[in-house]
Amino acid sequence: MFTGFLTFFIIFAVIGSILYGRRLIKTEKSDAVFGNPERAKGGVHWVIVGTSFLILSWLYYSWDIAKSFYPKSANELCQVAKVNESLLSLKYLFPIVERQHKSTAIIKRENKNIEKKIAIIQNDTNLKNQDKELFINILRKTKLMIPTLTNERYLEDNTQIIINNLTGRINLLMAEFPTDAYPKLSWVQQNEINEGLENQLGWGATGMEVPPLPESKRGLKFHAAAAELNSISDEFFEIRNHNPEYLRQSQEIFAEIRQYMDALGDGRELDYIKDIKKLVRRIEYASIFPPNTLNELEKSIIAFDDVQNNEQGNLKIVDTLLFPAGTIVASGPQCSEAGPGRWLPKPSDTFRIFGNLLKPSVGYKMIPMLWYEMMGVNKIVGFILPDWIADILPGKYPVHKQNGTVDPNFKSKVLDIVTGEFKAFKIPVPAGHIWDSFLRVFLGLSLGIILGVPLGLFMGLNRFAKGFFDPLVELYRPVPPLAWAPLVITVFGIDNVGKVFLLFMVSFSIMIISARAGASGTQLSKIHAAHSLGASRWQILREVIFPNSLPEILTGIRVAVGMCWGTLVAAEFLAGTTGIGFVENVARKYMQYEVIWITIFVMGMLGLLFDVTIRKIIVKTIPWRGKG
Amino acid sequence: MSNLVSENVNMIFKSLKGETVHALKDVSFTLKKGELLTVLGPSGCGKTTLLNIAAGFLRPTSGSINLGGKEINGPGVERGMVFQQGALFEWLTVNENVNFGLRMKKEDPIKTAEKVEEWLDIVGLKGFGNTPTYQLSGGMQQRVALARCLINDPDLILMDEPLGALDALTREKMQSLVLKIWKETGKTIILITHSVEEALLLGERLYVMAPRPGRIHKEYKLPFATMGLNGDLREIKNNKDFVTKREEILSMIWNMEEEIMGKDI
Repeated sequence: MFTGFLTFFIIFAVIGSILYGRRLIKTEKSDAVFGNPERAKGGVHWVIVGTSFLILSWLYYSWDIAKSFYPKSANELCQVAKVNESLLSLKYLFPIVERQHKSTAIIKRENKNIEKKIAIIQNDTNLKNQDKELFINILRKTKLMIPTLTNERYLEDNTQIIINNLTGRINLLMAEFPTDAYPKLSWVQQNEINEGLENQLGWGATGMEVPPLPESKRGLKFHAAAAELNSISDEFFEIRNHNPEYLRQSQEIFAEIRQYMDALGDGRELDYIKDIKKLVRRIEYASIFPPNTLNELEKSIIAFDDVQNNEQGNLKIVDTLLFPAGTIVASGPQCSEAGPGRWLPKPSDTFRIFGNLLKPSVGYKMIPMLWYEMMGVNKIVGFILPDWIADILPGKYPVHKQNGTVDPNFKSKVLDIVTGEFKAFKIPVPAGHIWDSFLRVFLGLSLGIILGVPLGLFMGLNRFAKGFFDPLVELYRPVPPLAWAPLVITVFGIDNVGKVFLLFMVSFSIMIISARAGASGTQLSKIHAAHSLGASRWQILREVIFPNSLPEILTGIRVAVGMCWGTLVAAEFLAGTTGIGFVENVARKYMQYEVIWITIFVMGMLGLLFDVTIRKIIVKTIPWRGKG
Repeated sequence: MSNLVSENVNMIFKSLKGETVHALKDVSFTLKKGELLTVLGPSGCGKTTLLNIAAGFLRPTSGSINLGGKEINGPGVERGMVFQQGALFEWLTVNENVNFGLRMKKEDPIKTAEKVEEWLDIVGLKGFGNTPTYQLSGGMQQRVALARCLINDPDLILMDEPLGALDALTREKMQSLVLKIWKETGKTIILITHSVEEALLLGERLYVMAPRPGRIHKEYKLPFATMGLNGDLREIKNNKDFVTKREEILSMIWNMEEEIMGKDI
């Protein structure tokens, strides 16, 4: 519903924008020649067209337009797939999808196999001549079995009747199929389907699968026809064209083999005997029929195929136009989306699932995406204050008394405060996957800045510091952060500490390099000026070198944020129990394509948010950049 | 008695490859309090080196410069410096730039603010106090640099081609400003310049320096600065004496340049 509205809205937006664009060109100044960069300015309407194009592609290729305009089509196509699948084994008998009759192909193949075996036996030098003759003789006889199957003279009436019977059933189905009365279901069958339909969820509600039970009248027709065709083909493949002549010859061959075996007397079965038996059995189980026996059946199948094709009607057009780059029919009776509909989630489903994930009571793996939880102030105080504050106070912790009670003293009261064991009101603090990821980046980045900037400035100004710390930084920095991840996570744990440390490593080196570049790029005349104005070393560092390095430092922070964000998500992939990367990794395991795409989107948005924030900060903090 | 006395100052730079450059050779002079000295010379004659030694940024290889009987050993507040590009702190406003020195000394902010007002008025920047310096034009930036230096009340002002990067019109205005400040404050000033006209116009005394090794080639005592205090600078430039001196110095510098180029070939 929403998608349908959106589709039309987008199409109107595109048309409107194009018309506006054309009118704009007409009213443009005459000096707008090719190559004038002015011509690239403005153009919000083309942004609309571009965005619309993206959204439209998404709607189209995820098959959401099909779902929106023809919500029953997937289910019906699935029923068509069932019919196709049932017809396929019958069609394979005839030159419809294949080049030859199945019987022809089998005869050619088996003749070739027998000749090959004969040649091998003849060339075998280890075999006694007597045996050779015997084996070849049996093989020749085996070959002669084929004509007993292909000769209409030997065809049993019973077989012919069964085939005629099956042909009749197809013809009957063909006659009934297009009528409104079809299918006539028994009360029990109807009930069964109705019961199934009650429990069946709509298309997309259960993930990517299409509901398999027929939901419409047309679907029901195909569903019933598929069942009938299945029964027909099962019955057909049970037919064995074993006429008395064939059976006689077959018995003869097996008798000869047994005789030979008995003569050997040790119960061993030579490899050649095994092979010969296999060849005989293959002819036995192959459905070889005389050339014209199945003609009527073939005609009926072709005719029925036409009828069911006709009956599909506009479904075929919907399938071709609205299910691009794949089709549900290809998946057969599995009723799944075989194409981009499978891995490219439909916007409607995605937004529904996103809305669900955002509900704090649902979230993902029992943890909300972004919400708050009530936390006692005591816990926060206990986390921030180190416990040794109590230890360094004079005095001793209280000892229990004879009556078994313990009187708290000042020292133990302080310990209660620093460990957070006191009663306090609760305040809301943010929580959830997104917050966890954000906090990790924030902490890792902050640590990197707090330690990296002073060290970088120091390295930019001092030969010893540069020389001493350079090897350390330059040896670990070129290693991709993710290469450190297994080690860091093993040492510091899969929880926050490991990840924050990894991010610290990432941001630390970037901050050192940028602060260093900033410090060494300070103009000497500014430092000279500060000296003659009476500034001390510390003052020069704080008032001149630091602000002068700010552009480099802030650019470094911008780079570091991007790097940290990328590293964090990958680190959360590796291990952990919360975080946006964790969500994506779990979704991958369960093939929840919608959730995967949601996490991709959330990550992109958060990355953009970081970047925009820092860009704003840069503009506010260092407006002089590039103007000094 | 805060004369500036230079005694046999020698400056030899050694590059890592072992080449030596004799930047200054036996430079000796005495500058009385309140004198305005301009230094002129072709590039590479050691003008800036001399100034940096006077400012305390460089230590001479031998010899010494004394200010008021005290040997100069490192930078100090009593010697203010004005640089070619202003060397302003562009992250600060005009006010913050001007009061930088006083802030570093942690002086009373109210008094400081009064002083800043006063000096901005003198250099002609009244009302620009809260403007960020990166928004100022080149001439205005030099005015800020002047005020920033003068607010510290230094005994000696060292100017390293302060007007070199300005356009002709602004330059003329600034020349008047320098003379005005010199007159009103009575400071000792050393001004380095590339422009012969500027050197003649502003200098009470003028040293023409020669390169390789850097040394004082010729000294002039000039009346034009005193004249300029009252009169029109453009008139002075057409003064007959001024023109002759200008031509004489120009040909002198040309000869030096030719000598160098000839040596190179």
